[in-house]
Amino acid sequence: MSQNDLSTRSSLRFHDLWAYDSAPESPEMVRLKDRYDLFIGGSFQLPESGKYFNTLNPSNEVVICEVAEAGTKDVDKAVRAARKAYDQVWSKLPGKERGKYLFRIARLIQDRAREFAIIESMDTGKPIRESRDVDIPQVIAHFFYHAGWADKLEYAFPGRKARPLGVAGQLIPWNFPLLMAAWKMAPALATGNTLVIKPAGSSPLTALKLAELIQDADLPPGVVNIVTGSEKTGSSIVHHPDVDKIAFTGSTDVGKKIQNAVAGTDKKYTLELGGKAANIVFADAAMDQAVEGIVNGIFFNQGHVCCAGSRLLVQESITDELVQKLKNRMETLIVGNPLDKNTDIGAIHSKPQLEKIRGYLSEVVENGQQIYQTQCALPDKGYWCCPTLVENVSQSHRIVQEEVFGPILTVQTFRTPSEAVTLANNTPYGLSGGLWTDKGSKIFNVGKNIRAGVVWANTYNKFDPTSPFGGYKESGIGREGGIHGLLPYLELLK
Amino acid sequence: MQDRFLRKIPDFDQTIPVDQVGVDDRVARFRTRSIKMESKIFALKLALQMVDLTTLEGMDTPAKVRQLCYKALYPCKTDSDIPRVAAVCVYPNRVRLCKDILKNTGIKIASVATSFPGGMNTLESRIEEVRYAVNEGADEIDMVISRWAFLKGDYKYVFDEIAVFKNACKPARLKVILETGELETYENVRKASDISMYAGADFIKTSTGKITPAATMSVTLVMLEAIRDYYFHTGRKVGMKPAGGIRNAKTALHYLVMLKETLGAEWLTPELFRFGASSLVNDLLMQIIKEKTGSYQSSDYFSIG
Amino acid sequence: MSKRLNVLKTCKLYIDGKFSRSESEHSFQVFDKNGNPLANLCHASRKDLRNAVFAARKAQLDWAGRSAYQRGQILYRMAEMMEGHRDQLIAELEHTVSSHRKAESETDTAIDRLVHYAGWTDKYPAIFSTVNPVASSHFNFSIPEPTGVVGIIAPDQQPLISLISLIAPVFSGGNSSVTIASEKYGSIACTLSEIIHTSDVPAGVINILTGFRQQLIPHMARHMDINAILYGAGDPSEKKTIQENAHLNVKRVQTYKETDWTGDDVQSPYRILDFQEIKTTWHPVGM
Repeated sequence: MSQNDLSTRSSLRFHDLWAYDSAPESPEMVRLKDRYDLFIGGSFQLPESGKYFNTLNPSNEVVICEVAEAGTKDVDKAVRAARKAYDQVWSKLPGKERGKYLFRIARLIQDRAREFAIIESMDTGKPIRESRDVDIPQVIAHFFYHAGWADKLEYAFPGRKARPLGVAGQLIPWNFPLLMAAWKMAPALATGNTLVIKPAGSSPLTALKLAELIQDADLPPGVVNIVTGSEKTGSSIVHHPDVDKIAFTGSTDVGKKIQNAVAGTDKKYTLELGGKAANIVFADAAMDQAVEGIVNGIFFNQGHVCCAGSRLLVQESITDELVQKLKNRMETLIVGNPLDKNTDIGAIHSKPQLEKIRGYLSEVVENGQQIYQTQCALPDKGYWCCPTLVENVSQSHRIVQEEVFGPILTVQTFRTPSEAVTLANNTPYGLSGGLWTDKGSKIFNVGKNIRAGVVWANTYNKFDPTSPFGGYKESGIGREGGIHGLLPYLELLK
Repeated sequence: MQDRFLRKIPDFDQTIPVDQVGVDDRVARFRTRSIKMESKIFALKLALQMVDLTTLEGMDTPAKVRQLCYKALYPCKTDSDIPRVAAVCVYPNRVRLCKDILKNTGIKIASVATSFPGGMNTLESRIEEVRYAVNEGADEIDMVISRWAFLKGDYKYVFDEIAVFKNACKPARLKVILETGELETYENVRKASDISMYAGADFIKTSTGKITPAATMSVTLVMLEAIRDYYFHTGRKVGMKPAGGIRNAKTALHYLVMLKETLGAEWLTPELFRFGASSLVNDLLMQIIKEKTGSYQSSDYFSIG
Repeated sequence: MSKRLNVLKTCKLYIDGKFSRSESEHSFQVFDKNGNPLANLCHASRKDLRNAVFAARKAQLDWAGRSAYQRGQILYRMAEMMEGHRDQLIAELEHTVSSHRKAESETDTAIDRLVHYAGWTDKYPAIFSTVNPVASSHFNFSIPEPTGVVGIIAPDQQPLISLISLIAPVFSGGNSSVTIASEKYGSIACTLSEIIHTSDVPAGVINILTGFRQQLIPHMARHMDINAILYGAGDPSEKKTIQENAHLNVKRVQTYKETDWTGDDVQSPYRILDFQEIKTTWHPVGM
């Protein structure tokens, strides 16, 4: 359609008829204790530190429960438990037996899937539709996938013998608490390592529920140790001399600190850091599916996604039509109670994160840039942000350069494919990228030229345990998932 | 005026890309909507009002068609609060009978025509059939496009025949059946939708019900998006009728979710959306009564159409 | 008849396919194994390093974009040129560091190692690529792509074979590189530069500097346009400097430590993989 058609375009009404009644998932089946201790050596243990902290539900600011804060001594205890389990049990166990433990864990999570999903939504603010349909099923899939590897590692690396590293220290972000824990635990255990894992301070609950499940699975004590705490706890793990490997997912800033901290040691490390992905839409794209991909790309998990498609690059000839369609689609996104099955966008995970997002937005507004926000009634309590478009910005704007980690999409235009690629790569990050075109050869060309570890062509934000994930440049080092995700947990010997 | 309209007709040799997996993913997301309480009752009643209660069999005796008409008139004797369906849909030689029973009831009479379901006859005889059905009292004509011409790439033929039927069926409204099961790809569905609308269709309809697959949510979404783009382009609202295979209330609600979130509230009316169905009616009724009474229902308590 | 006066060679830096003196205009003396002055090597400055990285960045995409077949041919061409200079290389090694027998074996292994990597260019992608059977309707595959610009630090030990063993896996994998050659035995690196220069290696893809490691390493480690560093010189404090600074732009750091660089273990496609990024592409499978 030509630009002239826009004058006759009428708008669609989404808000005034047939609002869906709330359909909340009941938290009644959820069993949570008032207080959780540290999971070390197969049992819950009081923290030596004596300290506890609260974890909040970001959708109503209510305290869910209290969680122990592991100090240096606690971390040391956990590492010693992991070392002992590695030396005495896990490294001696045949691969097929390790695999059976992982299969068992996968099954047990499957049995309790809904409980995990509800807790995940309570603790993070993410909509139940996502925790139920994405997070938890992917967690299960990750354990199933890696379970099968445990006795097949000799086939993964031709010409080499694979040996585990020993004790892995794993630091988990708050955006996908259980999923990221699974991404780290499953390959570590399948390859024969034991581990000390630290969930994010603001979303520790599903990992602690997993600890209970691990007890039920009869995993040998000390193979998995779960220590909750702050960034300091994480730092104790990173600095612990008996940890052989660090796996971190989180911000590029913290990732750099970790890389610096392990300098001069023999610790191996993998880093899965930030991103500022371009989602490129060419004029010949299937436009309605592109719109859907844009929405999935930036509004999935409130935009708290390292690989979010936060920079929309649109070919100039279709910009008006695409943005119009995108706005229509955004109007149908339901923002609200994370436990409501109809919620598309839940709560922003924390107050600091909300303030950070608002900071970017107010800067944009102060600079006189247009922003578009959907009509959405927000609850009084809790942390919320409507889906937002920022139009007419350029590479020089801070909101285009920095990772916002919220439901904020910037819109830029381009004229030619090479300009699109140049814009896409004009960033220190390189985690992911999207491109939309109906032309096969263009997909391969543009896909090759995007400097990023994951390229979604005519789709976005798809994940699978068989599919390696990780970044170029400042988006990280190493891969998680697939054969390539095993390598960071192994030493290859001739 | 005529000239201005013609200039807006797209080049149907150009294909608008549609990605199948993307469409199916979108549809899967509509299916996750959970419709409860008041919003459920509203939607169940709305769906009921959107049904074209259909019988299109070689064995449609007058007695069978009469039975259908009475079901349309009295869907649920036990509850007077329950709305009626939008229309009955029959073969041309049963239109007169329906008209006699349903005149002045507000229930419309739709007739298939144009050598339904294959469309394999001369243009003249197909036009003749349309005129016959309209003369017998049909308010709506459900025509079939010539899939053979479409698949051969003769889009002009398809366009012209629709335009001719549109002219011949006045004052009845024209529903154009694409028979999406035979078009196979979503891009074909999109193109056939565009051809139909630009040639004058008042409704576009998925299927005859004689071919598998009949209506699917994915195909319907592609058609709804075509309707939306056509509306943006011309300002004219075209209706949508998925037909065949929609048998239960839950599926119907998913269709309505999709309708609302694609075209907005203005399309949530029997004027612009119909279900071509028969057994759907009783499932909708059973769900409505269940919502009212709290008891799950048995088909023994609901009359057959 | 009077004795003919030798023509002494000036060893230059190899940057962007050109031989240049250091912009600092300083040089330093290196000695043969008897302690006699052997040559003057350019004392590369941080600006020379900067220029080399600039050249390497400029050349990298083109090199990565050459067909695997062509990259293999260029590596093989390099081996051919080395073979042509075999006697010269042996003599230089023997003169500076090695016995004749060892010099011969080091040179031959170095040539053979290039041939080995020449044969990998069109094979390692097949070894390290995967088609991933995802559960949704998508075709999903992962392929290796070069990391980009790699800084290489070579040891003094076995200066020819170590240099080749460090450059070849980086080079064959489509990266460009800037190498800081052995400080003591940099003259052999200059000879190698000349061989590279006549081997169809595109300008800027391989850059070789001579100078003082300790001076150059911090600048290399802090350079924001170097994507990875391969440290082969075996010094724990230099290694730590690199590791500490690598975080500035999340550089990949690999350290290879060998007791004998001629060993078969030293060559491996996994060393090519060390300087590859895995890219995973998703595409729907539909009609």
